[in-house]
Amino acid sequence: MNMEEMINKYFRPGRLPHIWCPGCGNGVVTGCVVKAIAKLDLPKDDVAVISGIGCSSRASGYLDFNTVHSAHGRAIPFATGVKLADPKLNVIVLTGDGDATAIGGNHFIHACRRNIDLTVVVYNNSIYGMTGGQYSPMTPTGSKATTAPYGMIEPDFNLTELARAAGATFVARATTFHAQMLSDLIVKGIQHKGFSLIEAVSACPISFGRQNKMGGPAEMMMWQRDHAVPIAAWDKLPEEKKEGKFPIGVLYEVEGRKEYTEAYDELIAMAQGGK
Amino acid sequence: MSLKIYTNRCKGCGICAAFCPKKVLAVNELEKIEAVAPENCIQCGQCELRCPDYAIFVHKEGDEK
Ligand SMILES: Cc1ncc(C[n+]2csc(CCOP(=O)(O)OP(=O)(O)O)c2C)c(N)n1
Ligand code: SF4
Ligand SMILES: [Mg+2]
Repeated sequence: MNMEEMINKYFRPGRLPHIWCPGCGNGVVTGCVVKAIAKLDLPKDDVAVISGIGCSSRASGYLDFNTVHSAHGRAIPFATGVKLADPKLNVIVLTGDGDATAIGGNHFIHACRRNIDLTVVVYNNSIYGMTGGQYSPMTPTGSKATTAPYGMIEPDFNLTELARAAGATFVARATTFHAQMLSDLIVKGIQHKGFSLIEAVSACPISFGRQNKMGGPAEMMMWQRDHAVPIAAWDKLPEEKKEGKFPIGVLYEVEGRKEYTEAYDELIAMAQGGK
Repeated sequence: MSLKIYTNRCKGCGICAAFCPKKVLAVNELEKIEAVAPENCIQCGQCELRCPDYAIFVHKEGDEK
């Protein structure tokens, strides 16, 4: 299947063009999600896509699967319910950096801790895009936001480290420049049994790029190219060369840790005494 | 012609034009992408890979649609 056929097959008919601004990375990330589902050849009815609120979270409305466009920060609780009700479903969460780590931060860490079999794709554009550029917990220190006109003074979350520490069993990162890698990582995340985080570093040229003088959409993609380092090379970099850069690829993966819906089913079987 | 452009989807962000290694593409005065030098296209697929709007596709030789 070529890309045009994939878009025609997995997007709801008549929904394009989407509402995202010119050059917004949301379209690239969503395209990578679709490519991953096409690669795995998952029947549409076997996929549930759950999103929260934000520009990125609008992705669920364009996609022709079982979808829920839920409440701000609550995509993971909705997804947890869907997964527990029907563990056979491939449940994919599409969420923004604000949605997942600010209002939804607590849900995020506890889903990691439970190791529930969700594939969570965080569209990290470093900002609250939809509401006009307020800082999120993932706005880099020093960057400007409408709520940090002199620059962000707080340290930002390293979400991949946070997920790993909280108990996630598959943790990866790519960028919209590394689109092929991004869809390959989403494939791996879907295949992985347990909680998978894929952080997609993405550009919001309007609400983040403009106030931080990052140039246009193409320049923001080039920034990703120049600051992301594949994990094998990253591991060999001396500490001082890591400054301002970030690793991409599969950052952490562990097999065999108990998955939540399985544990729950075993508990039910035990409590019912095999009846 | 191996490039297929959906003009209605294009928002003129210019990403494809910036990443095309052969300068095949340019944003026109209507803020839509246009193949200004289609004969130079090497079908590398950079534009299709990077377009956030699914507005340009590269159909390679032997590819039906
Ligand atoms: C309960 C609640 N609080 C606040 C809002 C306002 N709000 C809408 S989107 C958003 C932030 C979105 O940021 P992010 O998740 O990073 O998505 P982006 O728009 O950047 O893709 C906020 C605060 C809301 N819709 N609901
Ligand atoms: S405000 Fe930012 S995140 Fe929202 S659609 Fe525009 S560019 Fe994308
Ligand atoms: Mg955001």
